[in-house]
This record gives sequence, structure tokens and C-alpha cells, in this order.
Amino acid sequence: MTDPMVRAELVVKSFAHHDVLRGIDLEVTRGSVVCVIGPSGSGKSTLLRCINRLEPIDAGRLWVDGELIGYRQRGERLYELSERELGRQRANIGMVFQHLELFPHMTALQNITLAPRHVHRQQRADAEKRARALLERVGLGDAGDSYPRQLSGGQQQRVAIARALAMAPSLILFDEPTSALDPELVGEVLDVMKDLARTGMTMIVVTHEIGFAREVADEVVFMDGGVVVESGTPEQVLMAPRQPRTQEFLSKVL
Amino acid sequence: MHGEPAPGPGDPPGNLLDDPPAAVPVVATSTAHVPPALGLARAATDGRRPAPLDATPVRHPARWAAMAVITVLTAMFVHTLVTNPRFGWSVVADYFTARTTLDGLWVTVELTIVSMAVGIGLGTVLAIMRLSPNPLVSSTSWFYIWIFRGTPVIVQILFWNFIGALFPTLSFGIPFGPSFIQGSANDVVTPFIAALLGLGLNEAAYMAEIVRAGIVSVDHGQTEASLSLGLSRMQTMRLVVLPQAMRMIVPPTGNEVISMLKTSSLASVIAVTELLYSVQIVYSRTFQQIPMLLVAVIWYLIVTTVLNVGQYYVERHFSRGSAGSTPTARERLRRGLLPTHADPFRFRPPEPGLPDNPNHR
Repeated sequence: MTDPMVRAELVVKSFAHHDVLRGIDLEVTRGSVVCVIGPSGSGKSTLLRCINRLEPIDAGRLWVDGELIGYRQRGERLYELSERELGRQRANIGMVFQHLELFPHMTALQNITLAPRHVHRQQRADAEKRARALLERVGLGDAGDSYPRQLSGGQQQRVAIARALAMAPSLILFDEPTSALDPELVGEVLDVMKDLARTGMTMIVVTHEIGFAREVADEVVFMDGGVVVESGTPEQVLMAPRQPRTQEFLSKVL
Repeated sequence: MHGEPAPGPGDPPGNLLDDPPAAVPVVATSTAHVPPALGLARAATDGRRPAPLDATPVRHPARWAAMAVITVLTAMFVHTLVTNPRFGWSVVADYFTARTTLDGLWVTVELTIVSMAVGIGLGTVLAIMRLSPNPLVSSTSWFYIWIFRGTPVIVQILFWNFIGALFPTLSFGIPFGPSFIQGSANDVVTPFIAALLGLGLNEAAYMAEIVRAGIVSVDHGQTEASLSLGLSRMQTMRLVVLPQAMRMIVPPTGNEVISMLKTSSLASVIAVTELLYSVQIVYSRTFQQIPMLLVAVIWYLIVTTVLNVGQYYVERHFSRGSAGSTPTARERLRRGLLPTHADPFRFRPPEPGLPDNPNHR
């Protein structure tokens, strides 16, 4: 039994006096796709942001790829990691955002090569060669010189996926990657994600696309009120939910 | 419903990309007073382009009246320029490229460039300090801005000029310890240095606010996207945030440069021989105040005009990748002079293959 890609133990996160995560336990097996579903405000996005430490957690422990996120442990004591070490951990965790967040002043190619060049110190030519291959892979072989605003939302999100892949991460987090897109553009982004899942990439996908979860997920996690209410295979959670809260949610979205 | 999207969704009938651009029904109704083009209705359905719209433009009598008034006033102005001998155009011509004038002009340009360099560099540091989570750091920046924006720049220039009265000797060394270099303040802070300090340190306070506004204008999601890729906070600031903030920073900074060119004339009060003081030296001897001031005026106008052109190109560089990029000079001229039916918010022709036509949104 290999250790999981992500392990969360009783993760708690509060904003002001409001507990957003109230003790999350989660294990994500290497190479698996976990879809996180749940109503808005259930803490799904916050969980993702804690996993790559865009938000520090208030209690609990998080491991990614065997490494404790955000801290070094010596004996009983935790020491916060430096900026540089955090960057190294984050570089191993890709993230795709709901609001696309491509850098608008850079072409698609520059967006993709930025981190490989400045974090992994790759040569420009090598980084660009890899970036072109990645663009090809997301079906945008000729979009390298386009600025984000010249691309459709779906194309931008595919570039964002290529940008995350360029760092060769062990894990990619998707935060509602299709929620901000026109309905007709959703399919092309989901197709790219399905391809990615087939290559064995470990993915955590916060999504409202129940169809995608049913088809692609190895595990579906239903969250509500800052806790994991129910998790299991798509068949279990989506077809035969045991918890009344899950049944209620699914009856509204399906 | 959040159903799974069909693998190949059929294009809705009103697909924006595939519609022939001219086949909009509005065209047919708005050409009512024009002889109806034959076959217009058919053209709309079979996708051919109907005849271009040809309408008589609205008349603007008030504009014509304004033009007449302006023409008369301009004629009067030119007349006095030519006929009033006290303008002393021959004196202007004599001194326009005289050695003293050009030396003064060069000092003005030097003051402007170095003061702005100090202002931009220190201002950026102050802006980043101001946004620091450390309260001591951010309040230090606030205090600096409070002092240097809260007092007149001419007072600051005079203050630096007389700094020797406060600290007769300046030394560089370990605080409360030995000093390595030492010198008389009056030797170190010459009038030129005093002017630089006055103008540059004052400018830094203004630039700090400009840079801060620019940084704050960049969406926080951009910072998060950059951090999530493993870039450090410094790299994120340098590679992602500041380049985007430049779009907000550059236009007011251009104004600051032009303003600095003019404000540098205040250095004349501490006898720095910049452009204004160098013509003052001449007219204190010849009493040709107006012609000599005209020499300065014309040079200031020439340099500010050059700076305006430079500002325009710099702005265009930093607006790359953004909607509504700065128009070319020719496009601006055309939009300003010719009546047009074009959307006033659009400067660039739509890029081919993109759903860029606002009528089709």
C-alpha cells in the first residue's frame, strides 16, 4: 500500500469567527480523480486553497506527496516553512481557477513558460518547446502567440491547464474550472480534463458538473457545512446516497 | 440544470460567429429615407451584403459659430505677435540657441531626469512598503508621504539648500561609532544636489501613491495564480503584478515627468542655473524680460511636446494584451475630425475570426 497523494487530518480553517472547514479528513490515492461536490459555502474551494497553502490552516495536518504542507515538524514542534520552501511545495501542486486567471499581459506561450523559467530555471528554448507540446495536447497548437483576451473562455481555461501541467506537478487542483464559462464551452474543457485523468494524473476537482463526476471520478466527496458528509465511488454517492443531506442536494442538482 | 453537456452541441440559430455581419434587420429599417435598394430583403436572407448606409449627417450650427469666434481671436493673436515690437523676436532669436540658454536647458533636463529617477525608484519602494503587512514598515511609508506631500516643494528645496546650518559636517560610518568618510555639508550638498533632493524626495511621495494605486488595481487572483505556480512574492510582484499595474501607473507618471520639467524651474530660487535662471541672468543685465522669458517658454514647450509623444508610445507598449489599446495618432485624428458611425469605444478593427463586433453580442 503506497502512501496517498493527499492526506488531510481534521483540517480546520476559520475566517474571522466563521468556521469554514470544521475537521476535514480526506485521502486521495495516487493517480485517482476525486470530485468534490456540495452547495456553495460548504468549504470546497477553501479546502483546495488550503491544500496548496494559499490559505494557512488553523488546526489539523495536511500532507501532499508525503510532505507536510506549510510546516516542518521537529519532535512535537512545528516550524513554518519559508517563502522559498512554500514555493517549492506549491510548484508541485498545479491549480486551475474558476476565474481563469491567465496573466493578461503575456501571450499563451509566455503564460505557460513563466514558472518553468523562473522557478525551475529552465532555458527559454526548452521551456517554449515543452509549452508548445502542452498547447498541442490541450488542442491549441496554434494559440501560442495569442493574448488571453483573444481567446474564448474555454480556450483560456485550456491554456491555464497547460500552464499548470508545465510545472510537471504531482497533483492538480481544479476549482470549479467550468463555472465561469459559457455553457457551449464547458465540453472542451471537460474533454481536456478527461484526457488528463486517463494519463494517471492525480486530480481533485471541485465541480458542479455531476455528469463529469459520474463518468471520470474514482471517488466522489460530498461536503456540506465544512465537513465531509459522505464519500465513496460515484455509484455509491451519486446513485445511492446514504446521507439525507446528500440525497437532498442531489435531488436538486440532478 | 447541470447536466452533462452533449459531446457536439448543435449551434443555436443565433450563433454569433457564423452570422453574416450585415444581415441585421436594423439596417433595413434605418434606411427608410434612402431610396430602397432593390432586393434588400432577399440580400438579408441569402447572406449577401446590402448597399452601405448613406444618410445626411446632422447639422451643427453651434460648432460653426464657435469656429467663427475662434478664427477671429486667432487672427487677433497672430496680429499682435507680428506687429507688437515689444515681443522682441530678434532678441528671442539671438538668445534661443545661445550657449547660456542651452547650458540652462541641459541642467533643466538633468534635474528632470535624475529627480524622476529618484522619485520613481523610491516611490516604488515606498508603495511596496505601504502595502506591507508589517505595521511599522507601512506606517514609516505613510509618515514619509505625510511629510513630503504635506509641505511645499519650494520649502523643501530651500531646506536642503540650508541643510549645512543643521548638520555642518556629514559623515558616513557606523551609527554612534567611527566614521569612514567625512565632509562639510556645504561641499557635499551643492545647490544642484539640494535641488535634486528637494524635487526627487518630494516626487517620491507622489509616485508612491501612484504606484500603490496601480498595484491595488491588479486583481488579487493574479497574485494567487502566480503563487500557486511556485513563484515567490517578489517574483510575483516583479513579473505578474507590476507589469499589469504599469497600465495604471504610466499615464499619471507621464504627467509627473512633464510636471517635473516645469517644477524644476523652482531651483532658480537657490541659484541653480537651469533654464529659467539662465534667462533671468541675461535679463537682469539687459532688461529684456519678455523676450528672454519667451526663450524659456518656447524651450519648455518644445521639451514638453517631445515628452508627450514619448508618453504616448510608452502607454501603448504597456497596454498590450488589453482591450481598447491606445489608438494610433492617425486613428485619433480621424476619429476627432470626421463624423463617423463607429462605436466611440472601439479604436481597433475587429480581429479576424473573433466575435468582436459589439452589434453581435
